[in-house]
Formats: sequence, structure tokens, C-alpha cells
Amino acid sequence: MSQPAASTADRHPMPGMMVYNVKLGMWIFLLSEVMFFTALIGSYIILRFAHPDHFAEPGAVLNVPLTAFNTFVLICSSVSMVKAYAAITQGDQKGLKFWLLVTILLGTFFVGVQVYEYIILAQEGFVPMAELYGVAHEIEGAALYGATFYTMTGFHGTHVTIGILCMWFVLYRAWQGKYSANNYGGVEIMGLYWHFVDLVWIILFTIVYLI
Amino acid sequence: MAGNGEEPRYFLIWFILFVLTMAEVGYAFLALPQWLLATGLILMALWKALLVAIYYMHLKWEPKRLWILAASPLPLAVILVIAVLTEF
Repeated sequence: MSQPAASTADRHPMPGMMVYNVKLGMWIFLLSEVMFFTALIGSYIILRFAHPDHFAEPGAVLNVPLTAFNTFVLICSSVSMVKAYAAITQGDQKGLKFWLLVTILLGTFFVGVQVYEYIILAQEGFVPMAELYGVAHEIEGAALYGATFYTMTGFHGTHVTIGILCMWFVLYRAWQGKYSANNYGGVEIMGLYWHFVDLVWIILFTIVYLI
Repeated sequence: MAGNGEEPRYFLIWFILFVLTMAEVGYAFLALPQWLLATGLILMALWKALLVAIYYMHLKWEPKRLWILAASPLPLAVILVIAVLTEF
């Protein structure tokens, strides 16, 4: 079986794993992230089972159409990221820079919409400790709902923001000509992180907004 | 890049993800029992997550050992949730 990027010139496969070290490191980091988000999502599910009255019906508080559109934007950013990777594996420097920039813009748009959503929700009184909001909307103990919502989406948004900052660095290096068809490990591990963030959002969107 | 001369269909996967997202939103508001809604939505979300992992994270073209490594936190995640459930 051939491997997508085991041929990067300046990195060597770890004996036994058949993938180069930096990529293996990124995978192990992502696995720790799986446990991190499992703790958050698992806590949410348990609290929701224990206190079903404390959580609103889908669409009652949160803007599902807006967030569905935002989910689509993040999915598009995954395509642009994988296109950046595909471009550099072919030695296409221009394509790499173009698709990285598209990914950065889409990611920034995603975070912008999330901030806009937070502002609207806060103006409506839905903040992490919003007991009064719950009374107005007949949600018993809405503080639990607000706290879990902002914790999960906030941590995800932070991950996206960190990803955007890292991608600016990758773009800067791309502009310096640091990547080539034989050396694209930096782009690949950036892509792994970005797709993971997309994957987490796919789960979060379903759990938090639709169920 | 994808091995064995196979070109990944990135835009086809994107289209499937788009359709599944739309299907999820439509399905979420159907007048069905809660357990049926939750099961259907979680299955669609897992399908989307798998598509991203397999095609965009290139797991399809990775060695089996990386597959095993990638799957290793899943039983741990289940144990974590069950452990917290029993403590609740």
C-alpha cells in the first residue's frame, strides 16, 4: 500500500508505524483531543438525560438554519484544505497558496458567524448562567443549558481560531517556498488538525443543535 | 496523494456531506419519536464523520496500524461516558 506523505524528504518513518514522526505525533495529539471532546459531549449527554426539562427543543433557542449554513461553510473549508494538500503533492505552489487562503477565509467566516450567534443569543438574554432566560422561555434551569452550550461550542471555536492562526503560519512558509512535492509534511499535519476540527463540529452540530 | 493511482473524489465527498447535512436538518424536525430522531441523526453524523476521516484525513490510504491507532480512543471514550454515567 502506498502512503500519502511518507516520502517527505526531511522526515523519517517511525520504525513499526510506517508513518513519519510528525504525522504520528499529530495523530496522537488528535486522539487526546478525541478524549477531551468526549468528556465535554459525554457530560452534556448525561446532564441532558438527567434533566431533560432544562434543555430547549431544537430550534426553540438556537438558530438551526444559520448554524446549518455555518456547518456547510466549515465543510467547504475542509475541501479547500484538502485541495491545498493535493496541490502541493503535485508541486503546485500557486494552488497551495490559493487553497490555503480560501481555507483561512472560510474558517474566519465560520468563527465570525459563531461570534454573531453569541452576540444575538446574549442580547436575547441567553448567557451561560441564564436562569431568568429560562423562566421567560419556560425552560426550567436554563443555566445548565447555557453553560453546556457555551462550553462545547466555545472550546470548538477556540480550536478553529487556533487552526486559523497556525494556517497563517503555514501560508507564510508556503510563500517562502518551504514546501514542495517532496516536502509537504507541514501542510499535511495542518490538514489533519483542520479536518479533525471539522469532524468534531459535525458531531457537535448534531448533538447540540438538532437533538 | 492517494495511492494505487486512485484519485480521491474530494468534491463528491463534499457533495455527500452537504446532502447529509441538509437531510439531518430536515429529519430533525419530523414528527417522529425522540429515540428514532436521535438514532437517525447520530447515524448520519457518524457517517459524515467517517467520510471526513477516511477521505479528507486520508485514512483510506494509510497503513492498517494507523487505523488501529486512530480507533484506539473510541473504546476509551465509551468507558469514560459509562463510568461518568454510573457515578451520576
